[in-house]
Amino acid sequence: MDLGAIRLSLLLAGATTLALLLLGLPLAAWLVASRSRGKVLVEAVVALPVVLPPTVLGFYLLVLLAPGAPLGRAFAAVAGHPFPFSFTGLLCASILYSLPFAVQPFVTALAGVDPRLAEASLMLGASRLRTFLAITLPLAWRGVVAGSVLAFAHTLGEFGVVLMVGGAIPGETRTLSIALFDQVQALEYGAAHRTAALLLATAFAVLVAVSALQRRRALWWTGR
Amino acid sequence: MDRTLSFDVTRRFPGGPTVAARAAWPLGEGLVTVLFGPSGSGKTTLLRALAGLERPDAGHIRFGAETWFDAAARTFVPPRARGVGLLFQDYALFPHLTVAGNLGYGLHRAPRAEREARVAEVATRLGLTELLGRRPGALSGGQRQRVALARALAPRPRLLLLDEPLSALDAPTREVLRGELRALLEQAGVPAVLVTHDRTEALALGDRLVVLAAGAVRQVGPVHQVFSAPADVEVARVVGTENVFPARLLRREDGLAVVLAGPVELVGLDPGDLAGEAYACVRAEEVVLEPADGHASSAQNRLVGTVVSLSDEGPLQRVTLDCGVRLVALVTRRGSARLGLAPGARVTALVKAPAVRLVARA
Repeated sequence: MDLGAIRLSLLLAGATTLALLLLGLPLAAWLVASRSRGKVLVEAVVALPVVLPPTVLGFYLLVLLAPGAPLGRAFAAVAGHPFPFSFTGLLCASILYSLPFAVQPFVTALAGVDPRLAEASLMLGASRLRTFLAITLPLAWRGVVAGSVLAFAHTLGEFGVVLMVGGAIPGETRTLSIALFDQVQALEYGAAHRTAALLLATAFAVLVAVSALQRRRALWWTGR
Repeated sequence: MDRTLSFDVTRRFPGGPTVAARAAWPLGEGLVTVLFGPSGSGKTTLLRALAGLERPDAGHIRFGAETWFDAAARTFVPPRARGVGLLFQDYALFPHLTVAGNLGYGLHRAPRAEREARVAEVATRLGLTELLGRRPGALSGGQRQRVALARALAPRPRLLLLDEPLSALDAPTREVLRGELRALLEQAGVPAVLVTHDRTEALALGDRLVVLAAGAVRQVGPVHQVFSAPADVEVARVVGTENVFPARLLRREDGLAVVLAGPVELVGLDPGDLAGEAYACVRAEEVVLEPADGHASSAQNRLVGTVVSLSDEGPLQRVTLDCGVRLVALVTRRGSARLGLAPGARVTALVKAPAVRLVARA
């Protein structure tokens, strides 16, 4: 088993999930609250990775963030190294690629919270931020956890984007799914079996967990 | 307190009705102002505009010297800076917080000790001390209402807004809590604006009535005055023209209550919760007229008076009498002709006791 690849995959998925919580929750809150016309476009952009071949996303990221392009120079200035074939670059691509898998459950969960509760909070002198943190988020936690778990699992399983922008540098961009590809290419079927089984088991466990979270509609606070 | 609440707001709903309401009243006189009107008349929109949850398209809202909203000057004071408490129709208690957590929510800026003291104080005042550790899911409808009221009052609001506060309750609970709510509002002493479409609620809870129809304010005045002297046909239709007399309980006898309305004694069924002040209501169509020297009958109320005016309403005639109080009777034109009714004529008005509805004013 390639322990380096396991470690890297977990690190990438963890960091992506964390970033998606920080970026995705405000985005989801905006999508729920906004009545702006541009909302449809934003929703479409967020959903794009669901239908887009990952290679297309990877290709445009490579073009836009190439070391010579303006965005690429900005990335290098902030990250300290060029975009392609780096862990940070891979992280950015993963965030975009897993965005819908986090944001869509977040939106469903936040929209399911009675808007009057947020209004009651505002009437009691709370700011919008406090209302979100003290009322909306605790009441939407199931959906937020489900979205995070889905984003985590989806990042573990990504392949095309990693291949396009990350390559297969051990310890830097060689994730489990890439390792599996390499193992098959090298005809190491024993190792390939173990890697594939690990990814399969993880994905299955995650889907069971998500479905359990969504099934248990009975809310714990309705009782005593 | 000599602050005046005034508003002149317009709110358009795309493809829907337009609310264009203006009114003003001093908050010092009369504690509870009732926004009264049928559903769709704009009363909830108006309440939400006062709360700051709804931004009107045009106009202004002023609270004393403060401007809460002014479309022309682009002034908008957010809800949290208005010092206003709102009691939601379904109470909107935070389900994941305990009663204590709900009560303390609006006090987060106060130091912990002060917050806890205020929660305990409000809980004691509203009889919630036993429930502080419970979650809203484990409360009855009446308890939820009191928690919601306590939560709104805890941060000491300068104005309390109530959106149909009794409509979420079942009928028997509603009867009980109506009187209780008036007592709690009086005890809190905070000027209140209450939305309702129920005339009994308006009578039992309000001091001042603001009648809304089709998005506009049609009449503002003391509750009984608006009910018994609607300004125009529209208001009459909304409030249902009725004889509403401020009355005082004199005595009880045989399951009946005798009240004094002006100089007139009226007998009605005893609703059980009367104590002192009340309103006596008689629908105009329940009044029977007969000659002044009429014979004896089973009717409990015989009021001798003079016809003040007559006006036709289709096959019916609206007869206004002076019986010491102003009484309106709705009779057929045929019946009126038979009695030879004309202004100045002497008649006796008969009202059966069950037709006199007595509404307690806590």
